[in-house]
Amino acid sequence: MLAEWGDYLPSLLSGLAMSLKLAGASLLVGMPLGLTLALMVQAPLWVVRWVAIAIVELGRAVPALVLLQLAYYGLPTIHITLTSFLAATAGLGWITAAYSSEMFRAGVASVPEGQHEASAALGLGRIDTYRSIVIPQGVRVALPALLGLAIQIFQATALAFTIGLPELLSQAYDIGNETFRYLSVLTLAGLLYAAVVLPAGALVRGIELRLGRHLAPGQR
Amino acid sequence: MDAYREILGGLPTTLMLGLLALAIGAIGALPLMFARRARSLLLRVPARAAIDLLRAVPPIVWLFLVFFGLTEFDVTLQPFTASVLALGVVSCAYLAEIYRGGFMAIDHGQVEASQALGLRRRDALRFVLAPQALRVALPAIVTYALALLKDTSLAYTIGVREVLFRANEETQLGAASPLSILLFTAAIYAVLSIPTALLARRLDTALRSKVAR
Repeated sequence: MLAEWGDYLPSLLSGLAMSLKLAGASLLVGMPLGLTLALMVQAPLWVVRWVAIAIVELGRAVPALVLLQLAYYGLPTIHITLTSFLAATAGLGWITAAYSSEMFRAGVASVPEGQHEASAALGLGRIDTYRSIVIPQGVRVALPALLGLAIQIFQATALAFTIGLPELLSQAYDIGNETFRYLSVLTLAGLLYAAVVLPAGALVRGIELRLGRHLAPGQR
Repeated sequence: MDAYREILGGLPTTLMLGLLALAIGAIGALPLMFARRARSLLLRVPARAAIDLLRAVPPIVWLFLVFFGLTEFDVTLQPFTASVLALGVVSCAYLAEIYRGGFMAIDHGQVEASQALGLRRRDALRFVLAPQALRVALPAIVTYALALLKDTSLAYTIGVREVLFRANEETQLGAASPLSILLFTAAIYAVLSIPTALLARRLDTALRSKVAR
């Protein structure tokens, strides 16, 4: 099996690079959008609030596969044709935005009211208060959850196989189709996913403990 | 109209797939969780490794391993069976962690109080700890069940005729535009999950008030 794995590894690694690239692009699109949605959900204007809630709830309720297919096969109906990479980025970016917005919202909500009052007393406007006082503290609280989400998005890149993106799973599947050695090549692909996810998960737990060092054991 | 009716016809398969996988997970998670919490390293270490590995590899890879991989051992499963099995086994790992979280949330005084009352370990578990752990864990279980419902769509990749598979079929037949067919499909999942998610949030506050911490 090990000799085979040596043959498979180059194409699987190029697939892994594509998976990582897709995860990075989705997070780059999704995270800022998630923060924006978190602020929109608290907007005084109801139209803004409801639009944000609809985007968030749909992103959480609809399977990632359906969103990917909507972006890839659905959008051409209204004359928007995306490459499989862009379609996958749009689908996974939407999911990232939907889930991260709840995390940002909880983080921002955890910033004590006194911080808002102190900023007001110092004469900071609403925008400056959020930009320099509330958001930096809120993001710090939300960081472990956001990193956990980033790992889940990396796992979800495997779904882009269904729209023909040559990422890790589709490379493995192609090799399986040629060699009929599905078990061997899929096992290697699974191990490669685990080789990214497990250390990343351990790292996130480490960061979580470090950020919570000032808390009493019961609060952690 | 027929296209949409055809897609809705996949709903029983989607729901059955989700329910069977959830049932396997709900039951299989119990021994896995007890092994994970055991004092003996011989149980704890393999249980933890299994849970971590099952959760680290994307579900679709497990699905392919079960469906395509097992053929090398001359085990050929029906697509539906393979999907139930793969999603069920992955659920065991996620639910074991959810159950464990429920137990960890209970105040240790409950264990001591049970001992002081002379309850046996098994009775303490059954009448004192498990009911409280379940209350804490229930909202997370519902959330996971919804994630599982969404994951049933993976089964389309190996040819199970559930909702998304039929949607793909209909887009190829071209009776309606791909956009409207896929939006309809998205709406089916949204109608199933959004009310349940709202319910789970209500449940959370109601149940948490009945647990000793």
